[in-house]
Amino acid sequence: MFEQLSDKLNGVFKNLRGHGTLTEDNIKESMREVRRALLEADVNFQVAKDFVKKVQERAVGTEVLKSLNPGEQVIKVVHDVMVETLGSVASELADSKKKPTRILIVGLQGSGKTTFTAKLGFHLRKRRKKTALLAACDVYRPAAMDQLGSLGKQIDIPVHIEKGETDAVGIAKRALEVAETKGHDYLLIDTAGRLHIDEELMDELARIKSELKPHQIVLVLDGMTGQDAISVAESFHEKLGVDGLVLTKMDGDARGGAALSIRSVTGIPILFIGTGETPNMLDVFHPDRLAQRILGMGDVVSLVEKAQEEVSEEEAMQLEERMRKETFSLEDFAGQLKKIRKMGPLTELVKMIPGLSKQLPSDFQIDEKQLTRVEAIIQSMTPLERNRPDVIDSSRRRRIAKGSGTSGSDVKKLIKDFLAMRKMMGQMSRMSPKDMMKMARR
Amino acid sequence: MKSLFKKIKDGFKKTQSVVSEGIQQVLTRGGKIDEDLYEELEAVLLRGDVGPATTYYLLDELRARVKKDKLESPVELRDAMREIMESILRQGRDESDPLGPSGHASGRRVVMLVGVNGVGKTTTLAKLVKRVQDDGRTPIIAASDTFRAAASEQLEVWADRLGVHLVKSERGADPGAVAFDGIKAGEARNADVVFIDTAGRLQTQSNLMEELSKIHRVCGKAMDDAPHEVLLVLDATIGQNAISQAKVFSEAVPVSGIVLAKLDGTSKGGVILAISHELKIPVRFVGVGEKAEDLLEFDPKLFADGLIGEIAEAPAG
Repeated sequence: MFEQLSDKLNGVFKNLRGHGTLTEDNIKESMREVRRALLEADVNFQVAKDFVKKVQERAVGTEVLKSLNPGEQVIKVVHDVMVETLGSVASELADSKKKPTRILIVGLQGSGKTTFTAKLGFHLRKRRKKTALLAACDVYRPAAMDQLGSLGKQIDIPVHIEKGETDAVGIAKRALEVAETKGHDYLLIDTAGRLHIDEELMDELARIKSELKPHQIVLVLDGMTGQDAISVAESFHEKLGVDGLVLTKMDGDARGGAALSIRSVTGIPILFIGTGETPNMLDVFHPDRLAQRILGMGDVVSLVEKAQEEVSEEEAMQLEERMRKETFSLEDFAGQLKKIRKMGPLTELVKMIPGLSKQLPSDFQIDEKQLTRVEAIIQSMTPLERNRPDVIDSSRRRRIAKGSGTSGSDVKKLIKDFLAMRKMMGQMSRMSPKDMMKMARR
Repeated sequence: MKSLFKKIKDGFKKTQSVVSEGIQQVLTRGGKIDEDLYEELEAVLLRGDVGPATTYYLLDELRARVKKDKLESPVELRDAMREIMESILRQGRDESDPLGPSGHASGRRVVMLVGVNGVGKTTTLAKLVKRVQDDGRTPIIAASDTFRAAASEQLEVWADRLGVHLVKSERGADPGAVAFDGIKAGEARNADVVFIDTAGRLQTQSNLMEELSKIHRVCGKAMDDAPHEVLLVLDATIGQNAISQAKVFSEAVPVSGIVLAKLDGTSKGGVILAISHELKIPVRFVGVGEKAEDLLEFDPKLFADGLIGEIAEAPAG
């Protein structure tokens, strides 16, 4: 839905090619587009204003004006400034020498605290080989304790629950005792949220803080938060002193401008990004990726990672070989199609590919129904036909069409397209990376 | 009647302080209508989550009005702005009652609630149930959120509190089947309104959006024309992503109205303007607090008044 920033900027500068000179007005106009992109990404108004000013100063001082492609140059400056603002290196989770490391997790209602608590426990075990105890200290929300308990059971991580207990501080203290006796590496304390900040809740959190002395206080924030993000973060920061930020629900199409706002106003580093409901969907924060996302520039690294989740390395190597030798079969194709579709709507995936998104019309849509038809056709083939489509004669074609509820010409077209694609893939996979870059730039 | 009016007004009032105070400040300062003034208005609107597209539309309209009607003072500008906002908020509205009797022979209405995770769907559901009960009508709930850990337990707590029948199934069950059972149970118990609570899902999860379409289709099999109402619950504190949410949910199911939850305290509600302007789906209710009576019927005029700031308490004549 968001138009690509690069599209717009290139539009701004397009008419100028050939004329050779850029005026201050052109730069100003491009800054308006940058500002709008930031606002669409929910970057705070004041932050967007200051940010654009900074970019403008830097852009004027560089070679932007003389370069062949000022649009891309401006984006590069924007991107660099943004990465700087977001914090150039990824920040680390606390790791105390004395066990357990105590992490207090705070945030507004519905921000995803409880889910994050479980995910962090899972992350610690899987990625860092550490054990954790989760403490359910949300004594207000109906069934909040059940939720953490049930998540803990799912991922096999212990949860300290005292059902019916109304004193959150007490629960936290006893959870700490348990974690100490059992020798857990981490104690993750899930707390209650409110619709907005109120004294009562802040007092409770402050009491947990003074009793438990957490090594790190982590604020969980919905990645979709609007202009309000700063005031939320500031209130928590003022009352408790927040050490790190987690943005959740970033698997949607939220652009996460709130992160930029909070980082630039409060300086709180961003620790993690939550990208799904299942426990393994927690990403360590990467400033450059988020910058690209806020700018609507595609996120090729995340795309590759998404693909890696679905395809094992061994499988990928086999596939690559078959592509190179052009022995890639319809069977392989159907398998890949299925995996790709599992990664999300294709239209969104395609938009994550840098360069490609620029060439697509803004209303670009892939017809998912068409893909379903393709799958149906392939499923109606025999294994022999899938591996050697050349054996398909008109009688086989009729049978396949009948079986898949399509027409003979649909089947014919699929096979033709497939063979053309296979040939192209073969050529591409035999190319050097350098040639590939050249092609992508075209 | 007056007290109800005042209550709604107060409810709206606390929601829009950022926008309304800003506009007040800009407009009551006196002086001329000039570029500086437009720029300040732009800042106020953007800060209030109105979003760039709608903000620029509003300002363009305003400029056109100033030119056409030869407006000179900021006070005149304020009235023009109020009118433009109200007309934006009226887009896509009709006067039907989202919880009233349906066109079906039994008059029973099936209301489906959809939305992303953590927006306050279940709390909103409880408030809607209470509203139907207060009207002396009988609601029933189908817990089609069979995905989230402890979702139906949470709903059960609410259902017990409100004394309403809940149709549920074990975790991981087919949500469509639960919806079907819920409608059938509504028929058997002669309920007036069947609420279908669905699992929160992000609009980018295409498989889950497909599931939503399926639940919708299954409702139609259990009862003609059902569901009669599909309410999308949005979190008022989110920014421009609300538009993306409304758009994608509308592609999966025919969203007939929006409930804007958490529109109190720190939130700003400017995103309502953006939604009305860009999507033309009517806002039906707004949630301004945690109590059941804090769910208000949305009124475009009152809301526009609230956004612009204090207009005379009781208009003369």
